[in-house]
Amino acid sequence: MSLFKVDKLVTRLRNGATIVDGISFDIAAGETFALLGESGCGKSMTALSLMRLLPDGVVNTGGAVQMDGAALFDLPEHDMREVRGGTMAMIFQEPGLSLNPVMTVGAQIAEVLALHHGIKGAAANARCIELLTQVGIPDAARRVDEYPFQLSGGMKQRVMIAMALAGSPKLLIADEPTTALDVTIQAQVLQLLRETQDTTGMAMLLITHDLGVVAENAHRVGVMYAGQIVEQSTREQLFAKPLHPYTQKLFAALPDARRSGQPLSAILGSVPPLGSITQGCRFAPRCDKAWALCREQTPEWTVVDGRGVRCHLYQSAEERVLSAESPRASDRTLGTQHSVFSTTHSALLQVSDLQVHFPIRKGILQRVIGNVKAVDGVSLSIPQGRTLALVGESGCGKTTLGKALLRLLPATAGSVQFAGKELIGTDAARSTMQMVFQDPYASLNPKMRVAEILEEGMSALGIGDDSAARQTHIDGLLDKVGLARESKWRYPHEFSGGQRQRIAIARALAVSPQLLICDEPTSALDVSVQAQILNLLKELQQELGLSYLFITHNLAVVEYLAHEVCVMYLGRVVERGTTEEVMRSPKHPYTQALLSAVPRIDGAGREYVKLEGDLPSPANPPAGCHFAPRCAHAMTVCSHYPDASRISTTHQVHCHLYNK
Amino acid sequence: MSFQLVFLWSDKLIFLLLAAAGVAAWYVRRHEHLLLPWRRVARSSVAMVSLLVLSLFLAVGLLDTLHFRMALPQTSGGEKVYSPEVLSVFDKLVDPLRTHTEKTYSEPFALTLYAKESMPDAQGNVVRDYPRLQYGGAHLTDVSQRDADVLKRALVGGGLGLLVGLLSFYLSHRTLHCASGCDRAVSSATLILTTLIGAVVSLATVYHVLGTDKVGQDVLYLSLKSIRTGLIIGTVTTLVTLPLALFLGVAAGYFRGWVDDVIQYIYTVLSSIPSVLLIAAMVLMMQMFIDQHADWFDLEAKRADARLVCLCLILGITSWTSLCRLLRGETLKLREMEYIQAAQSFGVSSLRILTRHIMPNVMHIVLIALVMDFSALVLAEAVLSYIGVGVDPSMISFGTMINAARLEMGREPMVWWALAAAFGFMLVLVLAANLFADAVRDAFDPRLNRTENAT
Repeated sequence: MSLFKVDKLVTRLRNGATIVDGISFDIAAGETFALLGESGCGKSMTALSLMRLLPDGVVNTGGAVQMDGAALFDLPEHDMREVRGGTMAMIFQEPGLSLNPVMTVGAQIAEVLALHHGIKGAAANARCIELLTQVGIPDAARRVDEYPFQLSGGMKQRVMIAMALAGSPKLLIADEPTTALDVTIQAQVLQLLRETQDTTGMAMLLITHDLGVVAENAHRVGVMYAGQIVEQSTREQLFAKPLHPYTQKLFAALPDARRSGQPLSAILGSVPPLGSITQGCRFAPRCDKAWALCREQTPEWTVVDGRGVRCHLYQSAEERVLSAESPRASDRTLGTQHSVFSTTHSALLQVSDLQVHFPIRKGILQRVIGNVKAVDGVSLSIPQGRTLALVGESGCGKTTLGKALLRLLPATAGSVQFAGKELIGTDAARSTMQMVFQDPYASLNPKMRVAEILEEGMSALGIGDDSAARQTHIDGLLDKVGLARESKWRYPHEFSGGQRQRIAIARALAVSPQLLICDEPTSALDVSVQAQILNLLKELQQELGLSYLFITHNLAVVEYLAHEVCVMYLGRVVERGTTEEVMRSPKHPYTQALLSAVPRIDGAGREYVKLEGDLPSPANPPAGCHFAPRCAHAMTVCSHYPDASRISTTHQVHCHLYNK
Repeated sequence: MSFQLVFLWSDKLIFLLLAAAGVAAWYVRRHEHLLLPWRRVARSSVAMVSLLVLSLFLAVGLLDTLHFRMALPQTSGGEKVYSPEVLSVFDKLVDPLRTHTEKTYSEPFALTLYAKESMPDAQGNVVRDYPRLQYGGAHLTDVSQRDADVLKRALVGGGLGLLVGLLSFYLSHRTLHCASGCDRAVSSATLILTTLIGAVVSLATVYHVLGTDKVGQDVLYLSLKSIRTGLIIGTVTTLVTLPLALFLGVAAGYFRGWVDDVIQYIYTVLSSIPSVLLIAAMVLMMQMFIDQHADWFDLEAKRADARLVCLCLILGITSWTSLCRLLRGETLKLREMEYIQAAQSFGVSSLRILTRHIMPNVMHIVLIALVMDFSALVLAEAVLSYIGVGVDPSMISFGTMINAARLEMGREPMVWWALAAAFGFMLVLVLAANLFADAVRDAFDPRLNRTENAT
């Protein structure tokens, strides 16, 4: 008997474009149903439709939602208010924006308690503390009177969960609950959600784009594409054998170590805009198994072995055999081809003991009273044609390091040598290193056309003799990154996220750099588009002999792309080595915790090293080994910063455990 | 009949602005991608209707800017002597309005004055009654015929105006191939306007359409003359404000550090002085200066004009702070954007980053703030004239009109038409400017025009 049942839900824009098109699913008590899909496929709109919280201009035009036998869409608004927060609660993606900054945490939870249970005063306060303790907030009695800005991101999300639990809901809708969080915090929150579900027996609708999160927490999965559920099955079935070509592609597009020699099978193009496809299968334009029927007729919902799929491949039994083995048609032979550049191992970029400190000033005279040691003595080297990945959680100083290398931030001490030349303190050699930024929506000036964006660097650095030569160069660049030449006369907003990132890469390449600093270039992109960009970066490396400093927190990308890895913690490198060494046999306790926190789609059987607490402030780091306060193996000797211990010629770790 | 051209300071400034606008238009015409947003403006009917209204105001203002002096009939020793009175082309066009001056107040379309007077009647007895106006409706012998006459003239004039409007449509369609004139809203707005103008022109020759003021001047004439003053206050002040606010605001936001500190201190200090006091002090100083150097100004009009231009400067110097603060805030946000960092990593110079990356991205704020300021400045002029530090009393402006009308608001029966006329004209002018600026901002926002470009 299902607790919650959605039947043929349809949500449209007022002008007619369909956002959510006939979605049906049900969730039993104590079960987690995951809606999986890329951005723009209608996941969040589904959740808002269920809560009847649709924004202006979006209307519900059909379907029924049953909650515990009550038809939600028939309830008057007054009763619906009881349901929201009472029987159904929701937690959102960005914990920083979901809490009111001028109310204490306790007051915000008490609001829910007063509304749904009529608990007020001391009783409410006691219940708040109980709830905060339940979601694993240490020292809840004190935290209850704190404001959101005093809490870290992970704490805020815990408070959000506590608020959601305050109404003792039967269904919890979690909309990308961990997307804004670091992996170690994500692991904590996911575990908390599982535990809470075990104790309260509530149902959960988990909305996510991350296959790893699905593998961790979901019981059943609905894969959404362009407003429809294209496949629905249990987690085990889905991960064992995805049926729909889209799901297969999603799995194939995930980067990991085993694929590091070959290009990822990227899905061509991107999610179609809302309402643009009215006829046929919505995935057909991107599907390599599509045939004429797919473009003409919308596939019906077909049930195969107790699991549903919306694809013509499964509508007759013969074709099922054909589809079970999915040869990757889009595989190109690029991976086997060897780089034309011999990878010499002399360092192209040599960084030694680089420090970037930000002074903290206080008082009328702005005296310096301390330093935020964002980067605190980092040494690394990158040979030509190789990729060094810089891994760490947000706030560990990896982006600051990248910017200091480009001299966007002044270095406090240390040296940066590029091909033997010292760069610190000079303005020379700007063209040799360039950066690709994280957010393709913020990294291109909306008021400049593509040609102007690409030309800017060339004219600033005096590359190319005249305008005509530069235009030819720009055409070449656009070819190289896989964009049409005509697109240079268009404005950035006319491009999708992936295309924008291609433009950003072309801009960096315009001045023929030898080293690209990629600052989380794929973290704002969907999985399928991420694969396209990673393939492009890999191609460019082989073609041009580029070196990359790849700044990321996505360890799967590291395994796929990097040759060497540096793990940073609070401004210092704690472990470095080849990708194989660091990923297969991590030595530092922090690296171990970080690796174990990553949700894996092959899931089961891994040992989870739980990391307590949050990253300390770099303004006031713990003495000695920065990681010691959170480390399970901390010893008294950890109050001194450990020297590097060599595990092998390439593998170094800063930890007393390995000091002889 | 000979005349001598007179160029006042404000005239020169307006010609300079026109020339700059002309050069900008010529440059934009030659670059297709710059022309594109203006094409979008041309497609918006709200923009085109408000542009039509604005251009009428501009036309009046520009005609009023061409100044000259008439030669007097007598000569002194063979040399021509010019009248001390400076006239504009506009004055000449509406000569009857200017010269038909009554004794004192009269209502719109009135045949008699607003106040009773003692006068001899046919029998020679002195009676107190409302005397007939000297010009307003003087052609009517029978007072009761007025309504029919007004209606007849309005219909005839309106009909003629409509005819002219239709004719111009016919001609423009043949030559322009219906480029932008096809829009129904624009066509009907044009026809309504030509009809209205036709009716007003036909009526204004014999009636005081908006009544007369205390010294008997036609209020319609005063309102039309005020347009130039309003436009000058709005645009010339902007000319002073804009470079200050734009440059200082963007520099403060982008460079931070001591540059930011200095600029912030300047505008905090400036905006903490009560602005009316500051303006009053500066205007009085300026007035003293002008009075002491009376020999610099050979004409009364030049003196009044110098005062207007100085007032613009003073208003400009005191009113840049709010826009500056807005721009500083926006720049603080923009400078952290990744495209700015990308430009920095290419070693692009700061000046170029400011002009290529930051300024285009704050232009929407500038545009909205300027139009808002425009209306605020026209109103500020009224307030300053009220406390006696505004434009020269001899200069016709909305401020002087309102100030004069204010005194009569308490009178019973009330004299309402002068205030209503000033109010109506200002409302239409400011509303048209706001709507037009809104449409321009939308047309220049690439994010709002996504769908159109995709096709």
